[in-house]
Amino acid sequence: MSEQLRRHTFSVLVDNEAGVLARVIGLFSSRGYNIESLTVAAIDEVANISRITVVASGTEMVIEQIKHQLGRLVPVHKVTDLTMEGPFLARELALVKVAGTGDKRVEALRVADIFRARAVDTSKNSFVFEISGTTEKIDAFIQLMKDLGLVELSRTGVVAISRGAATT
Amino acid sequence: MSTDQMTGAEIILKALADQGVEVVFGYPGGAVLPIYDAFFKQNAIRHILVRQEGGAVHAAEGYARSTGKPGVVLVTSGPGATNAVTGLTDALMDSIPVVCLTGQVATHLIGNDAFQECDTVGITRPCTKHNYLVKDINDLARVIHEAFYVATSGRPGPVVVDLPKDIQLGSGTYVPPKAGKHKSYRPQVKGDIGKIREAVELLVNAKRPLFYSGGGVINSGPNASKLLIDFVKMTGFPITSTLLGLGAYPASDRQFLGMLGMHGTYEANLAMHGCDVMVAVGSRFDDRITGRLDAFAPNSKKIHIDIDPSSINKNVRVDVPIVGDVAHVLEDMIKLWRADTRRPRKEAIDAWWQQIDQWRARDCLRYKASNDIIKPQYALERLYAAIKGRDDAYITTEVGQHQMWAAQFLKFEKPNRWMTSGGLGTMGYGLPAAMGVQVAHPDALVIDVAGEASILMNIQEMSTLAQYRLPVKTFILNNRYMGMVRQWQELLHGGRYSESYMDSLPDFVKLAEAFGAVGLRASKPSEVDDLIKEMIKVKKPVIADIAVDQAENCFPMVPSGAAHNEMILGDEVGEPKARVTDAGLALV
Repeated sequence: MSEQLRRHTFSVLVDNEAGVLARVIGLFSSRGYNIESLTVAAIDEVANISRITVVASGTEMVIEQIKHQLGRLVPVHKVTDLTMEGPFLARELALVKVAGTGDKRVEALRVADIFRARAVDTSKNSFVFEISGTTEKIDAFIQLMKDLGLVELSRTGVVAISRGAATT
Repeated sequence: MSTDQMTGAEIILKALADQGVEVVFGYPGGAVLPIYDAFFKQNAIRHILVRQEGGAVHAAEGYARSTGKPGVVLVTSGPGATNAVTGLTDALMDSIPVVCLTGQVATHLIGNDAFQECDTVGITRPCTKHNYLVKDINDLARVIHEAFYVATSGRPGPVVVDLPKDIQLGSGTYVPPKAGKHKSYRPQVKGDIGKIREAVELLVNAKRPLFYSGGGVINSGPNASKLLIDFVKMTGFPITSTLLGLGAYPASDRQFLGMLGMHGTYEANLAMHGCDVMVAVGSRFDDRITGRLDAFAPNSKKIHIDIDPSSINKNVRVDVPIVGDVAHVLEDMIKLWRADTRRPRKEAIDAWWQQIDQWRARDCLRYKASNDIIKPQYALERLYAAIKGRDDAYITTEVGQHQMWAAQFLKFEKPNRWMTSGGLGTMGYGLPAAMGVQVAHPDALVIDVAGEASILMNIQEMSTLAQYRLPVKTFILNNRYMGMVRQWQELLHGGRYSESYMDSLPDFVKLAEAFGAVGLRASKPSEVDDLIKEMIKVKKPVIADIAVDQAENCFPMVPSGAAHNEMILGDEVGEPKARVTDAGLALV
C-alpha cells in the first residue's frame, strides 16, 4: 500500500442551493481530509448548477475516499477526479499588491511583464498586478515579488476543466 | 385560490399518509403546534407520545429495523431537535431509515436567537444522510417525499426536515409522491458483472473461503437473506457475521461460525485470520471487526459487496470491489456460480472444515457455572431456552457486556429480530427501540436485554409503555457496574475501577411498579427459570432485575490493537495487560 501523499484536483457539480458548500467543507473537516484549495461558482443558471473545484491531498486510499464521500452527498450530481481522468487545465488568478519606489518599482513592472501580469491599479508608490495561470506560475511570481515590495495578496484558488471535447 | 389549497400542517400529514406512514413517534412543542393540531383532526396516522425526544428516534429505529419500513419522528424546535441528535447519529452509523420532522421558528425569526431556536440543519448536517430546511410552502410536499426516498434508498439513513412554523400555518398546493429518478441521488443497485465474474473466479479456486456478512444484508431486505442462505448452502463454505448482521443467516446452521470481531467466537476470528478468499457481504470492515488492520486476514483475497462505494477500500484494501445492492449482486453471483462447471477442490474445503471444527471444539463461550451466583451467560442461556423456536421473539439491547453476551448466547434464525446499537454504541438505545418494535408488532414478545447502567439512560420511556399498554420486557443483567468499563479497567488499567461502580441504584421492582409495570427479581440461579416464565406470561411491561456475578468478564476478547489470532479466551486469562501495546491502549 502506497502511503505517499498525492495531490488531486476534483471537479464537483452540485445543486446551487443553500448549505451545499457547508456539506462539502463539513465532509472534509469531519473526515480529516486536507483541502489545499476550493472554489465555487454557479455555472448554469437554468439548471441551477454550481461547479466546485477542490484540490486535496492524501494517500491513494484517502483520495479514493474523497471521491466516493463527495459522490454520496445528495445534492452532488457528479464528481470527477480530473487528475485521474486525463489531461486537464488548472488555473488560478491572483491580485498582488506591491509597494515601493525607484529601482524596485521598475523591476516589479519588468517582472510582471515577463509573467504577463497586468497592472490593474497604480498609485505613485504601488501597483496591483492581476496574474492568472497555474498555481506554480503564481507561486513563482509571488516569490519574486517578495523582494520587490509585496505587501498584500489575494488568490482565487484553482478552477479546472478537462482538455478536449469531452465534458465532465 | 384553487380548491386544492391546504395548510402546511395538512400537507405534511397528507404526505406522510401517502408515504404509507402508520405511526409517528413524537413530542409536541411550540414550533410544531400546527402539526399537532392537524394530528388531532385525523385518524389515519397514529402518534406515540414518548417521554423524551431521544426516545422517539430510538423507537423509530426499532420500528424500522423490525419492519424494514422507515421510522418517523416529529419533534419541536431547539431542545426537541438537539435531543434527537444522538438517535440520528445512531441511525446514521447503523444505516437505519428514519425521517425526522423538526419544528423551527418562523422563517423571519431564523437567525435572531428566537425562543427555542437552534440551527437544526447546521447541527444535524454531519449526523444525517441529508437534511432540508423548507422555506417555501410550495416545496413542502416534494421535500417530504424526497426525504423518504433518500432515507430508504441506497444505504439507508436518517433524514431531517426542518419545518418553520409559518410554513406549517401557510397554505399551498399538495403534490403526490412522484415516481421516477431523483435529479442527483441515484445509488447503483446492479453490480458490475465483470467484477462479479472475477469474484466467482476467486471462489471456485478457493481453498479456505469465508463469507462475512453484515447489516447490509438485512437492510437489503428478506430476499437478500434468502439469497445469502442459498448461496452459502450452494457453496458449502463457512459464514460469519457482524453484530448487526445477526439473523440474516440462521445461527443454528452448521455452516454458521457465530459472530466475529472483538467479542466474536474463536472459530469465526481464526477462520477470518486464516481464510484465503473472503466475501464481505454488506459489511464495512469496522474496527471492532478487523482488530489490528495490518494483521487482518493477512493472506486473503477480499471480495466486497456494498451499496455504498465509500465503504469500499475505506479501512481495508479489497481485491474485488462490487458496488451494488446485496440482493441484486448475490442473484447475479449465484447465476454465474451455477453456470460455472468448476468447483473448489473438495479435499481443500474438507481440510478447511476440519480445521474450523477443531477451533469450534475449543468451545470458546464456555464459562464457569455456579450454583450460588447467577452468571450472566447462564441467565441468557435460560432466556434463549425459553424463546427458542418462537418466530415472534424480538430482542433489543442496550450497550455493554450484556449486549455482547446477548449476541453470543441468543441465536437468531431470521432477519429483523435483533436490534442493537452497533456503530455508535448508544447506552439507552434498547428500551425505546423495544418500544418501537412492540408498536410495530403488538402481539410479539419483545425483550430488551439491558444492563442496570444503560437502562437508566432512557428509563422514562417506561411511562410510554404504560400509556400505550406495550408489554415490553426489560431483562436487566444487574452487576452493579458499567460492566464493559469495569472489564477494560480490570484488563487495561490495573483494576482501578474509576467511577464505574453504580452506587445508589433504584429498587428496580419498585421502579417497575411506580410505572404501572410488573417488577421481578432473581438473585439465585434456581430462580432464573421461574422469573423468565413469569416475565413472558405477564401481559404487561416488565422489568426483570437479575443480580448477576459482578466480576464476570466477556470473552473471547480481541484486545484493542491486537490481531484476531491474539484473542483472550475466558479460561486462560493470566496477565492480559502484557498483550496490550501502548498503541492499543490509545484505541477505544
